[in-house]
Amino acid sequence: MNDKLSQLYQQVLLDHNKTPRNYRVLDPADFEALGHNPLCGDKYKIFMNIDENNIVTDVTFIGDGCAISKASASMMTTFVKGKHIDEIEKLFHQFHDMAQGKLDPENDPNDLGRLKIFYGVRNLPARVKCATLCWHTLHAALKGKEKVTTE
Amino acid sequence: MADSSVSIKSSAALEAAGTIDIERCRDDFPVLRREVHGKPLAFLDNAASSQMPEPVMRAYTEYHSRYHANVHRGVHLLSQEATEAMEGARETLRGLINARSSKEVIFTSGATDAINLVMQSWGRTNVGEGDEILISTMEHHSNIVPWRMLCDEKGAVLKVIPVSDDGVLDMKAFADMLTDRTRLVGIVHVSNTLGTINPVAEITRIAHQHGVPVLVDGAQAVSHMKVDVQQIDCDFFVTSGHKMYGPTGIGILYGKQELLEKMPPWRGGGDMILSVSFDEVLYNELPYKFEAGTPNISGAIGMGKAAEYIMSVGYNAIHKKEQELLRYATEQLQTIEGLRIIGTAPEKSSVVSFVIDGVHPHDIGTVLDLEGVAVRTGHHCTQPLMDRLGIVATTRASMAMYNRREEIDQLVAGLRKTIEMFR
Repeated sequence: MNDKLSQLYQQVLLDHNKTPRNYRVLDPADFEALGHNPLCGDKYKIFMNIDENNIVTDVTFIGDGCAISKASASMMTTFVKGKHIDEIEKLFHQFHDMAQGKLDPENDPNDLGRLKIFYGVRNLPARVKCATLCWHTLHAALKGKEKVTTE
Repeated sequence: MADSSVSIKSSAALEAAGTIDIERCRDDFPVLRREVHGKPLAFLDNAASSQMPEPVMRAYTEYHSRYHANVHRGVHLLSQEATEAMEGARETLRGLINARSSKEVIFTSGATDAINLVMQSWGRTNVGEGDEILISTMEHHSNIVPWRMLCDEKGAVLKVIPVSDDGVLDMKAFADMLTDRTRLVGIVHVSNTLGTINPVAEITRIAHQHGVPVLVDGAQAVSHMKVDVQQIDCDFFVTSGHKMYGPTGIGILYGKQELLEKMPPWRGGGDMILSVSFDEVLYNELPYKFEAGTPNISGAIGMGKAAEYIMSVGYNAIHKKEQELLRYATEQLQTIEGLRIIGTAPEKSSVVSFVIDGVHPHDIGTVLDLEGVAVRTGHHCTQPLMDRLGIVATTRASMAMYNRREEIDQLVAGLRKTIEMFR
């Protein structure tokens, strides 16, 4: 297979697209936000609960969009569960920088772990927003904004 | 103009003789020889912007390398040559769409700009509270937003002609929707998303029975079919250079002279005046009244050359070739399991939009790109149409006269690969 193609659409990404984790409504939720990319119609809603120590106890999502946006949302929910909201803030910036090619997850210090499979989008400017949409939405939820758009 | 001549001459020689063999025209488009991501480029995004042939580029650079100067002003030779070239382009474009006079051909920055000119000048003068503007569900945003803006400003009503599931305009509904408050019908000639060719002459005839003028958005028409504005009898017709093998940033507004004469200028500035004092301005005559400021001179010259190029190939040859490509693409795409074509009107230009079960158009677009195939994915600036059809996005392959069957094969192979990956 084409190198760029297999780098971008890695098996784990395709698997999360096909079987998204934490794909459900969380009710009641402490935080929720809607993310929308009007350019491609991607639309996700993210729900999150935290405990008294600001640790994420549950995070879920619903919505539809391309494989990259859906897999990114699915992997994000599995990754941030159990983390402190300050860590999420840090991860948001790291993920964002990685998607834009400003952070090399192999060589620069980071906490992205398995999320680094999204490094492939840096070469495809049109797809960067697909990978970062859920992160923007989660970030907005934490900041108390109800709606975010990546356009 | 001969359509397709069997000849061993080079296309440049044929062009000099006034005809270009359509089978050879591909050689005139240098970009089609490039590779992307290590694969030969299959450019199937012509409805977004078509490629430019060398004669257009030469005309464009010749202006800049030999006679770059302002128009309608200088007494020096370069300015005279620039003026002649630009007015020559206007005359060529007049001929292309068969306007009565070159006074009816106004240069704009594109089709969008031309629609905005009509909205700002004609619309703001003639549309008032409670009046109605009638457009269709399959309009591009460029023929929706200006009218929405006008309706909001004036308290007028935007009414929308429905389309059927297969993408055909509901002509019965259209006739019923014309009222004594209808001030304008705005209709797309060829849908950029569906390829549907609308019966614009018939629409105009019916609208005129009610005394309603018609604006035809011809951005997707001129590269594919002979447009005769007198035969259509529309009141306004707009199109863009870059969708007919010309440069970006240039287009034309055609308007019937008697309407244009009555319309106030929209933009003020140099070139659109006869005399200026601080108390009074005398406006220039048509078409200059609507062309304030130094125009896109090289763009106009390039668009004129693109029109000449199209006429040298000939609309009969273009139609035949593109319809063959459309038939082949439709046939081949239908062999893919889970693929549904969006837009199956009986009269179509060479555009095929489709969706595939379980694969998002943006993923399709990315895989195809990496396979060398350029297509458009998304809502194609027709969000209300997408809503009507109950989808968020499609993948669209749009063919031009220089495309080949091999490129469609490349598309189909890319799609099979995509499906294999995602299922």
